[in-house]
Amino acid sequence: MKTKPELLVTAKDLEEMGRLLDAGADAFSIGHQRYGLRVAGDFELPQIEEAVKLAHQRQAKVYVSVNALFHNDVIKLLPDYLKQLEQIGVDAIVFGDPGVLMTVWEIDSKLRLHWNTETTSTNYETVNYWAKKGASRAIVARELSLDNVLKIKAKTNIEIQAQVHGMTCIFHSARRLVRNYMQHINEEGRTDLEAGLYLKETKREESHHPIYEDMNGTHIMSSEDICMLEHLPAFIDGNVDSLKIEGLFKTTAYLEQVVRIYREAIDTYCADPEKFQTKLNDWLHVIHSIQPAERRLGTGFYFKEQIY
Amino acid sequence: MSATELVTQSRERESSQLKKPELLAPAGNLEKLQFAVRYGADAVYIGGQQYGLRAKAGNFSFEDMAQGVEFAKAHGAKVYVAANIIAHNEDLSGVKDYFKTLQKIGVDAVIVADPAIIELGREAAPDLDMHISTQASITNWKAIQFWAKEGIPRVVLAREVSLEEIKEIKRHVDIEVEAFIHGAMCISYSGRCVLSNHMTARDANRGGCAQSCRWHYELYGDERISQDGIPFTMSAKDLSMVEHIPLMIKAGVDSLKIEGRMKSIHYIATVCNVYRQVIDSYCADPQNFKLREEWIDEIWKAAQRSLSTGFYFGDPTAQDQLFGKPEQLPRYDFAALVLDYDPTTQVATLQQRNNFGVGDEVEFFGPDFHRFKQKVTQIWDEDNLPIDRAPHPMMTVKMKVEQPVKPFDMMRKRK
Repeated sequence: MKTKPELLVTAKDLEEMGRLLDAGADAFSIGHQRYGLRVAGDFELPQIEEAVKLAHQRQAKVYVSVNALFHNDVIKLLPDYLKQLEQIGVDAIVFGDPGVLMTVWEIDSKLRLHWNTETTSTNYETVNYWAKKGASRAIVARELSLDNVLKIKAKTNIEIQAQVHGMTCIFHSARRLVRNYMQHINEEGRTDLEAGLYLKETKREESHHPIYEDMNGTHIMSSEDICMLEHLPAFIDGNVDSLKIEGLFKTTAYLEQVVRIYREAIDTYCADPEKFQTKLNDWLHVIHSIQPAERRLGTGFYFKEQIY
Repeated sequence: MSATELVTQSRERESSQLKKPELLAPAGNLEKLQFAVRYGADAVYIGGQQYGLRAKAGNFSFEDMAQGVEFAKAHGAKVYVAANIIAHNEDLSGVKDYFKTLQKIGVDAVIVADPAIIELGREAAPDLDMHISTQASITNWKAIQFWAKEGIPRVVLAREVSLEEIKEIKRHVDIEVEAFIHGAMCISYSGRCVLSNHMTARDANRGGCAQSCRWHYELYGDERISQDGIPFTMSAKDLSMVEHIPLMIKAGVDSLKIEGRMKSIHYIATVCNVYRQVIDSYCADPQNFKLREEWIDEIWKAAQRSLSTGFYFGDPTAQDQLFGKPEQLPRYDFAALVLDYDPTTQVATLQQRNNFGVGDEVEFFGPDFHRFKQKVTQIWDEDNLPIDRAPHPMMTVKMKVEQPVKPFDMMRKRK
């Protein structure tokens, strides 16, 4: 029997979290946009407390995103926020800004630390650097080949988390770029996550990049959703510790199905690798049937060459 | 503490607030480095053949680097080498050798963004200073305290930091702070954009940026929102703090940085020249400092885009971005370099850098900011034969000039 990786999913609220627990999620990524980047929905401290209770009753974990690029004004709020998260008993915080680390040390917090700067987490030396500073997990960039993800895992002693499903952020600006553009063309309208805005690259009719604004600025997302279901064996055999499903811009019903399938796929492969292969097509069929038409499924950068 | 002590202390604070900052300029190659230094840069940053973010800039061989360092030292200037890629596993193996060589060459510091490079570089070259690049998007004082604890003597701030925030940062940290004052800007948080990776499979964080932010997009909601002829785009105006240097100095910024390792000699010389004037003029007499029209006029001669103050006075708006058709700014070429001048005949010996000839309007300028315009009336070739135009790159030309010029003065011409 192989070691099962953790199945991690985002949750936008407590209700969604409950349903995804039922679907088989082992861990949740939640937070509030004041402190975290691109959270699926805002959890204030009382909701985080509820979430932790709910998860812990079912042996699941809750990781809270504290991975914004902090300016002076919010960095001042961190000692209090982190103390409260520790008191609530969250299983880890996710950070990118070294200012968070300084705060953790200053308040002598015992919070577990997951390091995630998204685009700049690209090699094992850097992962080991943050491990030395106390991180117990690193979340790797989505712009890495599968080989490089596995190599990072092989060359570090801390946990590695990789994304296996959903969209990825490809651009983050502190500017309000949609609002600015709308002003320029004398249009008005919502620009938030729920507004459903997207960009098409003029020369690529099929491109479909969700774009939205929040307290942290403007975010642009990938045109395709990653789906690494058929490659789960490589992640599991490579001992990747946590596999993430990104739920941003997805309905709870969709996520429920996807979590259920990844749950079954992980359990099946770990128990009986051959059976995994026989069931794979059925699972993929279901995923394709619920996949929104405008969102192509792909393998991101896991098998793509990049030049520079 | 006695009243006198208090006064002394506050005076010291005032004068320390007015510590003259370093003017830091980009240099894409050895010649640009020399121009940057001659035209007023206190320090230059360059790229080597590896680990820099400007794959297409000329970049320095180790030999050029050594010459650059020698030239800079002779002129009291410093040289920093950018090694600010975000490394992938396969980039790590050569880092130690690279840093050993940089240390041997005697560069003053290396600009880095990835802790992997800090760790490996430090092992190989323990005496080499490292500055944290703007690619690390440092936006608060606590993050800087972290880097200070790590033994880092200087950080480059993120472009998203305001002047007020810089003041607060400076109250909390005792290492050097470097901030951009001029040039093109990422419209994203630096390091947090992989548009280019997605649009073209070119890794932005390893020097392959295709500037996909400045491309044209259509914005859709339930239906198309963007309008014909005005596509959605994310093109930032270029930064220029030329009118606000006293505020940057008073905020305590230790190094004022100009962007542009891909920029021309004309650009670098012009921009360095202006900021040198502004900084010196302000620091010599802060009370009576006045911004001179000619500085702003001069800055615009090198402008590649419209200019803005970025985040320094608050969040940028639509006015800080470029929409629609490309702008038609007047552009200037570096037409010739002054090699020599004969005051008796008022004839300058020039080295041609771009085609010019009789009848052209040209302008001379030099490191002392002496500028004058004239029409080209008479030019001669090396054999003193009158010619109409100087068409050949680097050809030596003699020309009648209306005012005295000096070696290393430059002659520009509108394109």
